Amino acid sequence: MDLKLKIWRQKNAAAKGKIVDYDISEVSSDMSFLEMLDVLNKELTEKGDEPVSFDHDCREGICGSCSLQINGRPHGPDGGITTCQLHMRKFKNGDSIVIEPFRAKAFPIVKDLIIDRSAFDRVQHAGAFISVNTSGNTQDANATPINKGNADHAFDAASCIGCGACVAACKNASAMLFVAAKVSQYALLPQGQVEREMRVTNMVSQMDEEGFGACTNTGACEAECPKGISITNIARMNREFIGSNLKS
Amino acid sequence: MKIGANFPAETPEGPIEDKWTSYKNKIDLVNPANKRLIDIIVVGTGLAGGSAAASLAELGYNVKAFCFQDSPRRAHSIAAQGGINASKNYMGDGDSDYRLFYDTVKGGDYRAREENVYRLAEVSGNIIDQCVAQGVPFARDYGGLLDNRSFGGVLVSRTFYAKGQTGQQLLLGAYSAMNRQIARGKIKMYNRHEMMDLVIVDGKARGIIAKNLITGELERHSAHAVVIASGGYGNVFYLSTNAMGSNVSAAWKIHRKGAWFANPCFTQIHPTCIPVSGDHQSKLTLMSESLRNDGRIWVPAKEKDVKAIRSGTLKPTAIAEADRDYFLERRYPAFGNLVPRDVASRAAKERCDAGFGVNATGEAVYLDFAAAVIRYGKEKALVTHQDATNEALVLELGREIIATKYGNLFQMYEKIVDENPYETPMMIYPAVHYTMGGVWVDYDLMTTIPGCYAIGEANFSEHGANRLGASALMQGLADGYFVLPYTIGNYLAKDIRTGAIPVDTPEFAAAEKGVQEQLERFINNKGSKPVDYFHKKLGKIMWDKVGMSRNGKDLKEAVEEIQAIRDEFYKEVKVPGDLEGFNEELAKAGRVADFLELGELFAKDALNRKESCGGHFREEHQTPEGEAKRDKAFQYVAAWEHNGAPRDANLHKEMLDYKYIEVKERSYK
Amino acid sequence: MNTMIFLSSSIGKKVAMSLSAFFLISFLLLHVAINLLSVVSAEMYNEASHFMGTNPIIQFVMQPILIFGVLFHFTMGFVLEFQNKSARPIKYEMKKEKGNSSWISRNMIYSGLVILAFLGLHFYDFWIPEIKYKYIDLQAPDKHRYFAELVHKFEDPMRVGFYAISFILLMMHLLHGFQSAFQSLGVNNKFTPGIKKMAWAFSVAVPLAFVFIALFHHLKHYIQMLNNHI
Repeated sequence: MDLKLKIWRQKNAAAKGKIVDYDISEVSSDMSFLEMLDVLNKELTEKGDEPVSFDHDCREGICGSCSLQINGRPHGPDGGITTCQLHMRKFKNGDSIVIEPFRAKAFPIVKDLIIDRSAFDRVQHAGAFISVNTSGNTQDANATPINKGNADHAFDAASCIGCGACVAACKNASAMLFVAAKVSQYALLPQGQVEREMRVTNMVSQMDEEGFGACTNTGACEAECPKGISITNIARMNREFIGSNLKS
Repeated sequence: MKIGANFPAETPEGPIEDKWTSYKNKIDLVNPANKRLIDIIVVGTGLAGGSAAASLAELGYNVKAFCFQDSPRRAHSIAAQGGINASKNYMGDGDSDYRLFYDTVKGGDYRAREENVYRLAEVSGNIIDQCVAQGVPFARDYGGLLDNRSFGGVLVSRTFYAKGQTGQQLLLGAYSAMNRQIARGKIKMYNRHEMMDLVIVDGKARGIIAKNLITGELERHSAHAVVIASGGYGNVFYLSTNAMGSNVSAAWKIHRKGAWFANPCFTQIHPTCIPVSGDHQSKLTLMSESLRNDGRIWVPAKEKDVKAIRSGTLKPTAIAEADRDYFLERRYPAFGNLVPRDVASRAAKERCDAGFGVNATGEAVYLDFAAAVIRYGKEKALVTHQDATNEALVLELGREIIATKYGNLFQMYEKIVDENPYETPMMIYPAVHYTMGGVWVDYDLMTTIPGCYAIGEANFSEHGANRLGASALMQGLADGYFVLPYTIGNYLAKDIRTGAIPVDTPEFAAAEKGVQEQLERFINNKGSKPVDYFHKKLGKIMWDKVGMSRNGKDLKEAVEEIQAIRDEFYKEVKVPGDLEGFNEELAKAGRVADFLELGELFAKDALNRKESCGGHFREEHQTPEGEAKRDKAFQYVAAWEHNGAPRDANLHKEMLDYKYIEVKERSYK
Repeated sequence: MNTMIFLSSSIGKKVAMSLSAFFLISFLLLHVAINLLSVVSAEMYNEASHFMGTNPIIQFVMQPILIFGVLFHFTMGFVLEFQNKSARPIKYEMKKEKGNSSWISRNMIYSGLVILAFLGLHFYDFWIPEIKYKYIDLQAPDKHRYFAELVHKFEDPMRVGFYAISFILLMMHLLHGFQSAFQSLGVNNKFTPGIKKMAWAFSVAVPLAFVFIALFHHLKHYIQMLNNHI
């Protein structure tokens, strides 16, 4: 199939960017979206132009690197997947495809479609851990049974891949779903109880400092999350935060 | 030359089960105040690097950690699906450290160092304790206790898992431990930085040259020890289940600086991957080994059916039972579809080479769940007192059960292939997945360069010639959490008076200059072909001639051909963009340059190893039934010392002596 | 708990929004109940209005709280909107939000602004004359004036029209806001489906009741006019 691509090009963080049009032909419907971009980049390189930079690594939907806003939706038109799992059969001959980076003040552009998501890392540094040293004599793994329901919910929250689609989808560029997923994982496990209050306070404060918006409960994050993480986690974080503030 | 580690590796005195304990009791320690004076560089932040960085920082060392991704959490350990082994014996099925040790050595076809494997088994339980304490949400049963499952090639259930995302959960656990240390300032994290070279001062590893991938600037970083945890080199095949950025460069750079490289030809080809769909393919996707618990692998028995299927006139479901060849069940009645990975992969290749492949490329076999659907459906109908003779009902119930077990994998398959695996059998084909070979290390995990360590998949590891499922995660975390933090102290204890290592020295300047020159050479090259052109070409040779089965003639050709591609690469490669700023093509060029050297050594190693063992299958060395034939003369680790061109590398043999395990024929019939 | 620190956080602001929303919602319920009395009987309506207008607790405790609540909810709403907008300084070239969230939930600021405009009118119509009557002109309490004033206001079809539109927007505001306030306070559990149904019913019924009252009096007036003509 032949396609018209409209891609955001920006040399570096300081430069001004713009949408540039590219025509691409003979795209196979079995290709993944990123393989289609590989073909474009091969053509650009051969022509002596600079290829389009985009983040990608595992190409199987788990590393969370890929982060494209495709035709107005994070990770494109298909549901429950990341950009790298999107296939060209979701498009048809003659389609025009707008490809942009995830946009948020907290995610400045590095180059073209690559964004800097270190804000997520800093939020995690603020409290996404349990303070336990590696000693080799931690208590036995089965010493504290954990209710299966809580363990499963903790897993569901922990399955976040940190791609930032929640921020990209949110009209407020809020990172609540991402932060809530991490807070929830620990809040649901007995190991996470000791640092519970400090964790939520510090992580939320860092989240705010990074310049993400507030949650207005539109549910867009949940709908666009490639891992289907639920906004019940946001409610849990709100509870944790209120509780922590009431106690302090 | 002067080498850092003892070669062959010296291991502590005493019976195997006491060695690690006595080692720990006797080594030199660094006192806490002195640890603050010591810097350690960790390159790579996957399971091994991440856990090592966190543990070393906890101890008090100043850690500088480097990863080329935008965050440590994206390291490719994250993609591991199945699970992690540990000899906890929670199931009470007779597991023990010894059994885990035994299974690993046997599974590796007796090509691993006994003492290291035993230590791995010994600390395996600690890993699970540690991860649970960190909040890793492993699967649990209704009693709230940890659940285990069984994996290929073993007789006990010792695999801990978190759905199909165990690697992700363990990596995020290690990353959380890193977070804590980053917050304390004990780990300084360098994201989007690539190690370009190792700096050796007075014969010791004292730093690295790193490239900031965003600005393009070269940076000098010094330390008292350098730890390489940069993963495996499966991408030498171009197509593999590795991430796009996975590369051998860090390991290769230290190899060029004096670290011996061991058993490069030991590569694991995983049998259940989604087949290649066309030339545009950029990577391959693995489907968990667990699918082989319920899926039956087959190809049509008649060539005319194969033709009809390829032309689209015949559906696989229309082929009668008698006209199907369930080749694993036919060849290995005892283990059937659950033979180890190397055996299953070779059997699929054998059928496809014979012309029975079922897709357009002729490189795919069926993985069929129809029988399991009916079996589960009937069972469910009976249990719920419904009509077990109602075929539609049985099908529906069976599919529901399959969906609960493998739903996410089936969905993943459908997204990629656009076929509904509940209705038509899946198509699978083997793909490169893991590399057992790597940098040679001694018992301390030190390479032959003093002060330079290699851990995780980057070292030649405890998996011998074939790795068992769920053992890679175990080894990465064992090295990082429980082995290296002790062994590195034994070396650093001598460095407490050294003080900070300056970077304004001739050694750093020379290393930086070398890197700068190579980068400039790429950018200024007047070639016409993109980097991927050469990578694909290399991959094809590797797959065709150094892949699942190898022979002397092909391997000799491969050595020549790889050399030729390398020459062409330096003449013809075209790298767009500038030295400054983010330039992925430039980064790729450097990585492919290293793959082009490794590939040659890989082929040379395969040529040298005139036996079949584990993942290494030499056609000249097989039994009349086509099974791998091991040779006692090759019961050694082949450690290669760099000596100019890869083909000129010098071989050092570390003979493997098995005192605690009887070397037996590996049979799954 | 340090209230200012709490309120400076994004979640704190949302909690404050929810709490003020709940307060305003409960006021709305009271308001609609009293207004409905005007449909049932002028007498009862006057009675209730008189109580509300003269009871010192209502007047000097509840009324300031209410005013504060309204101002707070609006101010906080604007602050949040401003912060949220600035979290994405460069807009998308193309947006497709239809599939992931409701129009109502994304446009609370606009439904809110219409409601604010309506409140302006409402103050102009009722509250300012009321204050003038009681505290500036210092007229004696008249127990029987309320119903007539109400009926009089609904004679103008333009006003009734604007009134109805405002309440439709209030309905939209409530449809997202009411159930969303529970989420902001951390309530999302097995009761949530029930809460959502209840919130939906309230959000539809209460504004419709207001509209009904306005139309009722307007039509009554209209019919009377017609009758007078005949």
